[in-house]
Amino acid sequence: MNEGQVADVIIIGAGIIGAACAQALARRNVKVLVLDAGWHGATAAGMGHLLVLDDNPAELALSQYSLQRWRELAPALPASCAWRNNGTLWLAANAEEMAVAHSKYLNLLAHGESCELIGRTALHQREPELRPGLEGGLLIKGDGILYAPAAARWMLDAPNIRQQRAQVSEVDGARVRLDDGRWLSAEAVVLANGIQATELCPELPIEPKKGHLLITDRYPATITHTLVELGYVTSAHNASGPSVACNIQPRPTGQLFIGASRQFGTVDPQVEGWMLAKMLKRAVEYLPGLAHLNGIRAWTGFRAASPDGLPLVGQHPQRKGLWLAVGHEGLGVTTAPATADLLVAQLFDETSPLAAQPYLPQRFLGEPAHA
Amino acid sequence: MPDLFLDGRPLYVANGTSVAAALALGADGCSRTSVSGQRRAPLCGMGICQECRVLIDGRLRLACQTLCLDGMHVQTRP
Repeated sequence: MNEGQVADVIIIGAGIIGAACAQALARRNVKVLVLDAGWHGATAAGMGHLLVLDDNPAELALSQYSLQRWRELAPALPASCAWRNNGTLWLAANAEEMAVAHSKYLNLLAHGESCELIGRTALHQREPELRPGLEGGLLIKGDGILYAPAAARWMLDAPNIRQQRAQVSEVDGARVRLDDGRWLSAEAVVLANGIQATELCPELPIEPKKGHLLITDRYPATITHTLVELGYVTSAHNASGPSVACNIQPRPTGQLFIGASRQFGTVDPQVEGWMLAKMLKRAVEYLPGLAHLNGIRAWTGFRAASPDGLPLVGQHPQRKGLWLAVGHEGLGVTTAPATADLLVAQLFDETSPLAAQPYLPQRFLGEPAHA
Repeated sequence: MPDLFLDGRPLYVANGTSVAAALALGADGCSRTSVSGQRRAPLCGMGICQECRVLIDGRLRLACQTLCLDGMHVQTRP
């Protein structure tokens, strides 16, 4: 059964990436149909941390541009999105990590990012609840937080966007087959369904990275910045085995949101006690007062990770009409507006606001087979 | 017979009474007020849903998992 052309563009996935792409297209008067299977994705599970990361120049360019776009969007975001520009404070536990903070500082400063190196004494003036003895930190002032599911809902609430709960079982260029057998077609199909992308496109090099999260009850505010250990960059981030890092985010409700863990080779969503305990122990090492607070929920989610940590944004080189916006790992909320701008520029064959090349799917999938 | 204070008012309950039961006996049955201003009350009764979080002697506890004790101060509108 063929339904014919149902929209100009079909987007698979109503998470933050699919929603940002839909909003950007709709604003150009493109009719968009967004299909979502209703499975739990990374947008609903994640922390909604908006942050600049500088592991490599392409990551810095993408996150910095995207954060600027979020700041532009911020005044229009409904209160439910809980957008705050509270800054990230990267914590250095020792001299080695302070050296990392210093080089990060120089790099970010050179790229025009507003940041500040903070010594021992100043650190405890800024965040008195941190354990004594930390070496210092690096404050990134433009970073923030967001409740991403609400932001995605807001982005999708537009006249040119139609949403449909449906499971896609096959993609074929610019058309998709739903699990009830119907084929829907459009000018282009955008795959923005995170770790589920490999079910429709097995050739994509995307791997799930499991993460645990916990949120506390509401308490009077004890911290103001999002606190992340620099070990996140120096060790945990690069490890191949299970790892944890301190990541504590103050929510506008007075709750504290605690991460982070990383595990490979599993798609089991079960909260694992040993992993959760390891993660919380790490957070308590930095913020001892946490030990007296009640956690009210713990859950897991899966980051869709590509081999180089950068997303795949652009047309599938061998499947004409199929466009990719996947593989954002833990940075999808941050990089959603940039992803949307990159994708739209390529769809309209315009000059991209930032160089598209580092994020092109070709780097993994080879050169285009279609003209 | 434990003699506790529920939002400042004294309440006498039978031995073995949970704080969740005391909330129903001596107040509006609710344990707290949510961020959006709604009153929230015990639901699962077995320590899982976390709906019955309540301030007991200055600490947040679960009303359904806590037995009333003499002199206890329970606050649902701190």
